[in-house]
Amino acid sequence: MAASIPDQTRRARTFSEATSSLRNLLGFILAVLLTFLGLMAITFFIGRVVPIDPVLSVVGDRATQELYDATRIELGLDKPLIVQFFAYVKDVATGDFGMSISTNRPVAEDLARVFPATLEMATIGILIGVFFGVPMGVLAASKQGSWVDQIVRVLALLGYSVPAFWLGLVGLAVFYAGLGWVSGPGRIDIFYDGVVTPVTGLLLIDSLLAGDFEIFKNALGHLVLPASILGFFSLAYIARMTRSFMLDQLGQEFVTTARVKGVAEWRVIWLHAFAPIRVPLITVIGLSYAGLLEGSVMIETVFSWPGIGNYLTVALLNADMNAVLGATLVIGAVFIFINKISDVLYRVLDPRSRS
Amino acid sequence: MSTRDWLLDPSPNSRFQASAGDAYRMLRDMLRNPLTVIGGAIILLLILTALFAPWIAPESPVGQHLEGRLMPPSAAHWMGTDELGRDIFSRVVYGARITLMIVALVAIISAPLGLLIGAVSGYFGGWVDTVLMGVTDVFLSMPKLILALAFVAALGPGIENAIIAIAITAWPAYARIARAETMTFRNSEFIAAMQLVGASRTRIILRHVLPLCTSSMIVRVTLDMAGIILTAAGLGFLGLGAQPPLPEWGAMISRGRVFILDQWWVATMPGFAIIIVSLGFCFLGDGLRDVLDPKQRGKS
Repeated sequence: MAASIPDQTRRARTFSEATSSLRNLLGFILAVLLTFLGLMAITFFIGRVVPIDPVLSVVGDRATQELYDATRIELGLDKPLIVQFFAYVKDVATGDFGMSISTNRPVAEDLARVFPATLEMATIGILIGVFFGVPMGVLAASKQGSWVDQIVRVLALLGYSVPAFWLGLVGLAVFYAGLGWVSGPGRIDIFYDGVVTPVTGLLLIDSLLAGDFEIFKNALGHLVLPASILGFFSLAYIARMTRSFMLDQLGQEFVTTARVKGVAEWRVIWLHAFAPIRVPLITVIGLSYAGLLEGSVMIETVFSWPGIGNYLTVALLNADMNAVLGATLVIGAVFIFINKISDVLYRVLDPRSRS
Repeated sequence: MSTRDWLLDPSPNSRFQASAGDAYRMLRDMLRNPLTVIGGAIILLLILTALFAPWIAPESPVGQHLEGRLMPPSAAHWMGTDELGRDIFSRVVYGARITLMIVALVAIISAPLGLLIGAVSGYFGGWVDTVLMGVTDVFLSMPKLILALAFVAALGPGIENAIIAIAITAWPAYARIARAETMTFRNSEFIAAMQLVGASRTRIILRHVLPLCTSSMIVRVTLDMAGIILTAAGLGFLGLGAQPPLPEWGAMISRGRVFILDQWWVATMPGFAIIIVSLGFCFLGDGLRDVLDPKQRGKS
């Protein structure tokens, strides 16, 4: 077919396709930037407008009048709100989140230090969710009413109704204190702390790079329980969505046709019915991964895991607003970014959504 | 003519008879689904427990008995006692009041707010729609728990502020639904008829648009209740929600955290209460959706 189209027409078509995809890309970047601006508007609002007196939340209520006035001017609070907002956007865009009053370091530096710990836990969590959740969802849909199906239904319900922090505590009581299968809170035993030089910040990879299997084993022992609990929540969600996508596909006529032709049942399920749901599944997995970053706040607090969630809750209890807003901004930005990326992947990979 | 015949009369004689008949049919459909009945029973139990807490709880939720600290569950203390010798069962019973208050207030604040914003946005369209939905989308694209945490950090810890923070994060989803519903009948004839007889925009939105959005709103709010309970408990657990000595379930789990390895019941018992109530709302929400919104049946 393509060969019969004259060269010129084809070239014109690819050109118009290229401009339209460029326009799509620009539109996408604009949408992401606008959402980030909205996010900054929210954190700015929380930091400057919601507190009755933002100066007091910085200097404390026993400060002298001179210090109070100086801080007020230093914070730029004497200027109009809109000017303050753009100054804030400029600071954030240049990576300046201010100083943390509890660690006495720039918030941006703190965040860069704690983020890999969260990334490591959430990534192992989503891997657990995908490796168990997808096959379970497919099996549940292909054998409706079977025990796998019942398990997936119960898990989906529990994923909605069990508090993550409670499950973390129960997990610690059972698997750490009771059975002794896993290590306790923290990321690594204290005498291994700081032994390997951080390259990626991910302890599992760093210890392998250093060739130290003792540390790898120790880090894994600490990681396995919190990551499994995070994984449980993504498993529940992924399995439920896979099941519902598969049920839709298995009811389609092309599946019946395949069965009538005598195609083996496993081929019908994995090649015919599973193929079209891969694209929507990517969106589901992306959403679930972003959700785990949020879920890690609770899990990290329970397991004293030195990640961004723990940093956020410690900052909350110390009323360290710069740190709170910095962490909120980073988690929010990553959340938005993953969401938009899975949105784009969906459009790129699904031929039906191309016009 | 029996009451049942009167309710199911295909040609009702009054508006009251028609709506009574509708309610009867809905109730009958819901009672056919066992999970919905279980969910409804759990929520009814929660409401009754909250109402009659002083009669149900064997002891005061704040009464300390330091000689009976950290006692395991027994006939005298069904769920054991905590670090101040308070009866955990009594505290869980009183905690039902706090949980019910939180979900009710969040629903009362966020549902009408979302409904109004969505209906205005959908009815007017144009730049009003663009601005309102832009704001809604920014809120929707934020992680809810983190947003609530940041708001509580700015407002200060406490149960009222926790409720406000959760409500602020809950309304955007409702605005989206209300807008979508409004768009489907914005150009229909009954709205045009109201415009012709000279009804004001406020009147059309309040009396003709909003009532049609309420049923899908009720379904969505009920389904969201489990999430609201978990967020509220999470804020309590982090020490940002209800403050001691209030017997809030999340805060109780937080107090029991120190004892989890030896006195497991202090932290686990309130967790079961949270799970049961959340499950109840899930079941009830699913049932309500099947009855009120038949298009969505079986999709979940």
